[in-house]
Amino acid sequence: MRNCLHYVLPCCLLLAGAQATAQNAADEFYDPAAMAAARESVRHMHGDSLNSLIIGERLENQVHDGDSALVWEAQGWIGYDLNKLWLKTEGHYNNESNDTEEFELQALWSHAISPFWDFQVGWRHDFQDIQQDYAVIGLMGLAPYWFEMDAAAFISEDGDASARLEAEYELRFTQRLILQPRMELNYAFSEDLETGIGKGMHKAHLGLRLRYEFKREIAPYLGVAWENSYGDTASMLRVAGQDSSETSVVIGLRLWY
Amino acid sequence: MLNRRHFLEKSLLFGAVSGFQALLPAWAQSGRFIADLPGMLTANNISLTVEQTKSAIAGKSARHITLNGQFPAPLLRWREGDDLSIQVINGLREPTSIHWHGFLLPFQMDGVPGLSYPGIPAGDKFTYRFPLKQSGTYWYHSHSGMQEQIGHYGPIIVDPAEPDPVAYDREHVIMLSDWTFENPERVFAKLKKMSENYNFQQRTVGEFFRDVESEGIDAAMANRLMWGDMRMTPIDLADVTGATYTYLVNGHSPAENWLGLFRPGERVRLRFINASAMSIFNVRIPGLPMTVVQSDGLNVVPVATDEFQIGTAETFDVIVQPNADQVFTIMCETNDRYGYASATLATRAGMRAAVPSLRPRPTLTMKDMGMSGMEGMNMDTMNHSTMNHSTMNHGASEAMAMPVDHSNMDHASMNHSESIQSTMAIDHSAMDHSAMNHGDSEAMAMPMDHSNMDHASMNHSESNAQVTMPMDHNEMNHATMAMSEMDSMATQPMAMQAHNHPQGPGVMNTAMNPVNRLHERPLGLENVPHRVLVYTDLESLDPNPDTREPGREIELHLTSNMERYMWSFDGVKFSEVKEPIVFQQGERLRLSMVNDTMMPHPVHLHGMYFDVVIRPGEHHHKPRKHTIVIKPGEKMSVDITADAPGDWAFHCHLLYHMHAGMMRAVSVRDQLS
Repeated sequence: MRNCLHYVLPCCLLLAGAQATAQNAADEFYDPAAMAAARESVRHMHGDSLNSLIIGERLENQVHDGDSALVWEAQGWIGYDLNKLWLKTEGHYNNESNDTEEFELQALWSHAISPFWDFQVGWRHDFQDIQQDYAVIGLMGLAPYWFEMDAAAFISEDGDASARLEAEYELRFTQRLILQPRMELNYAFSEDLETGIGKGMHKAHLGLRLRYEFKREIAPYLGVAWENSYGDTASMLRVAGQDSSETSVVIGLRLWY
Repeated sequence: MLNRRHFLEKSLLFGAVSGFQALLPAWAQSGRFIADLPGMLTANNISLTVEQTKSAIAGKSARHITLNGQFPAPLLRWREGDDLSIQVINGLREPTSIHWHGFLLPFQMDGVPGLSYPGIPAGDKFTYRFPLKQSGTYWYHSHSGMQEQIGHYGPIIVDPAEPDPVAYDREHVIMLSDWTFENPERVFAKLKKMSENYNFQQRTVGEFFRDVESEGIDAAMANRLMWGDMRMTPIDLADVTGATYTYLVNGHSPAENWLGLFRPGERVRLRFINASAMSIFNVRIPGLPMTVVQSDGLNVVPVATDEFQIGTAETFDVIVQPNADQVFTIMCETNDRYGYASATLATRAGMRAAVPSLRPRPTLTMKDMGMSGMEGMNMDTMNHSTMNHSTMNHGASEAMAMPVDHSNMDHASMNHSESIQSTMAIDHSAMDHSAMNHGDSEAMAMPMDHSNMDHASMNHSESNAQVTMPMDHNEMNHATMAMSEMDSMATQPMAMQAHNHPQGPGVMNTAMNPVNRLHERPLGLENVPHRVLVYTDLESLDPNPDTREPGREIELHLTSNMERYMWSFDGVKFSEVKEPIVFQQGERLRLSMVNDTMMPHPVHLHGMYFDVVIRPGEHHHKPRKHTIVIKPGEKMSVDITADAPGDWAFHCHLLYHMHAGMMRAVSVRDQLS
C-alpha cells in the first residue's frame, strides 16, 4: 500500500501540474469536451501536417550506337517533418533485347538527424533476372555548396556488401533553364559472380542534363550520360561481349507532384 | 510626460481638427466618404454569414469565401464604447471562426479555435459579445485553416468616442491582400516538397558573371562559397511570390485598378491594412508625401514619409493632401520585388498615373544572418600567424561552415592588433575574455568585432549552444568595412547571443550577433533617395497607459529550416509544445525576440499590445503595436502589460509559417490563486 502511494501520489501531482499549466482557460466558458477536441485539432494543424512527394528525377530514353534503353529513377516519400517512408526505384530496360537489365526498389524509413541530413534504413529488392534482397543503410541530404547527396550501403541476402554514392548539382542559366551534372559511383566490398560484379569500384555514371522547367513540376531535358565499368566487372562484361564503357544521348522528362 | 515638441505637434494637429471636425464628425459622413465598399455595417447588432462562392477575382473565375456575399468582407464601422453583438453564421462545410485583429476584449471572444473557443462548426452559429474599448483602423479574419488566404478578411473602423485628433476630409480603406488560384493547402504542400518552388528570382550563372565584372572574381566567388557553404541563399526573401499571387487592393488587381477619389486640397486619410496571407509590401505614392498618423489602431505623433513597409496584419493610417487636379498611383511593391498591388488616387474616374516599374531584387547580407558587423570582411589583412588553430575541430557540425572549437584556443597568442589598429583604429583593450567559459561548448566560433566585445554574459557551459561562424576567413575584409558599421557596433556592444533552445533538424541557423534593427530601413529600401519610415520614427500620441519598468524578461527565438520548410519559436513547433507561455496577471514584462531566420516575420500577440522598446528607459510614448515585423538577424524587445486574463494566440502572421508551427499560446493567469 505504501509502495502504491509512493507511485500514485507523484503521478497525481504531475497530473495536477499538467492541468495547471495547460491552455484550458476557455473550459470555463465552453463545453470542455468541445474545447479539448478543438485544442487537439489546432495543435495538429500547426506543425504536424502529413506531406508527400512523388518525383521522377529521370524518366528518359538513352540512345547509344543505335541501341536504345528506357532508364528511370524515381522517388516518393510520405510522412512528417522528421520521419518519412521513402521509396526509391531505378531501372534500365533495353528496348532492343526487351530485357529489364536493372530494376530495383527500395523502401526506407527516413529520419531527419540534422538540418540537412536524413538517416535512412530499410530494404531493397532487385527485380531483374537475378532477384535479390538487400538491407540498406544510408545518408541522404544536402552537402555544403548545394550538392544533393545520397550515400547508401547494401548487404545482400548472400552477405555481399556494396555501396553507392550519388551526387547532383544544379546550375541555373535562367530561372527555368537548369544544367544538372550528376555522378554515381558503385563500390563492391566483395565479388559477386552471380550478378557479375567484381570487387572494388565497379561502375561509375556521369551525366549532364539540361532541363527547362515549363512549370516547376514539368521539365523536359536533353543530355549525355556516360557509364564505365572497372576491374573485374569490366572484364566480365567483355567476356559477355559487351562494352565496358558507353556514352549515350538522353532525352527525358523530370516530373514531380 | 509631454515634451515641448510633442505639444507643438499635437496642437498643430488639434488646431486643424477643432474647426472642421466639430462640423463634420467623420463617422456620420463615412457612407459618402468611403467609396467602392458597399454594404458597410454600422449597427451594434449585426449578423455575418460565411459562405463559399464562385465569382471572378482579377478577371478569372475563382472559388473564395464571402461574408454576407461580399469579397473582401464588409466594412464594419463602429464607435468606441459600443456594446457589440455579432452573430456569425457558418455556411461552409467546415468549421470557421472570426478573429478581431487587434481588439482588446475578453479572451473567450477573441475567435481562435482551440484557445478562445471551440470554433464555429459547419452549419452552426456563434454570437460574439464584447464592448469596444478602443478606436482606430483594424480588421477581422478567419483563424481556421487557410480560410484567410481565400478571402475571409474584412476591414474595421472604430471611430473614437472623443473628437478624432486626426483631421481629415475624406477617407479610404486600402486593404492589401494576395490571391492565389491554387488551393492554399496545395501551396503549403508544395512548399513542404520544394521550398523554393515559388522563387523565380534565384541567382543564375549570368548574375555570377555580372558580379565578377562589378566586384571582381574573388569577391563574387567568395560570396557564392560563403552562402553555398551555409546552404542558404541571399535571395530568400519570400516563400510565396508573384509566381502564384495576384496582389489586390480592396479586392482589385492592378489591372482592375481600384480608384480612390479626392478633391484638390482635401486631407485624405488612407487606412492601409495588410490582410495578405504571406506578403510584406513597400508602399509609396510617387509625387505625394504621406504623413503617418496611426499604426495598428493607435495614433502616433504625425511623421512625414515617402515610403513605408507594411508587414502582414499591420495597419498604417496616413494623411495625404493632394493640392491640384492630379492623379497618383498607390504603389505597393512586395518586399521581394516580384509583384505588386496598385491603385489610383484621382479627382475623377478614367484617370491613371504611370505605374513605376519594379525595382531590382535586393539581396540579404551577413547582417540578416545575425552576424552584424561582418559584411564583406576580409581576414586577409589580419595577422593570424600567431593564432593557434591546431586544435580546431572542423569535424562534425552540420549547419555551419566553420565550427571552431575554441576549447584549446590560445587567445593570448592571437594578435589582431597591429594589422587592424593601423587601418581601423580599433581598441582591443576593452576585450575581456576573463569570464569566458568555452570549456563545454559544442562548437564556438570567433567573434569578429573586437572593439567592444563583452563576453561576460557568456556561459556556454550550461547552454548547448552552437554558436558558430559560417565563414571562411579568407573572405573577410576588415579593410573595406564601413566606418558607419563600426559606429553601430560601438553603440551595440557585441555580446555573443546564447541559444538556450532545442536545435536539431528544425533549426538551420542561429544568430551569433543579432542586433536591434528598429531604426533601420527595411531590406531593399536602404538607399532609395527619399524618406522611408522606420519603427523608431513612431511615437505614441497618447501617453502609454503603463509606464512601469518590466519586472522580468522573456527571450524567444524565431527559428526555421527553410530547406524542410519548418518554422517555429525556440526550435519547437506549436504541435510539439506542451505548455503555454505563462504571464502573471498584472505583471509588466519584457519580451525580447531574436530572429534566427533569414526572413522578416510579422509577429502578432492577441489581446495585449506590444509597447515597442525604442530607447531603453523611455516608458511614456513607446509606439504600441499588435503586430511587428522582426527583421532577419534582429534582436528587439517589447514590453507587455499582462492585463488580459485567459489564453491568447501568439504567432507569426505569415499564414504558412503559422501553419508550419510558428505559434505559441500565451496564458495570462493569476498564479497565486
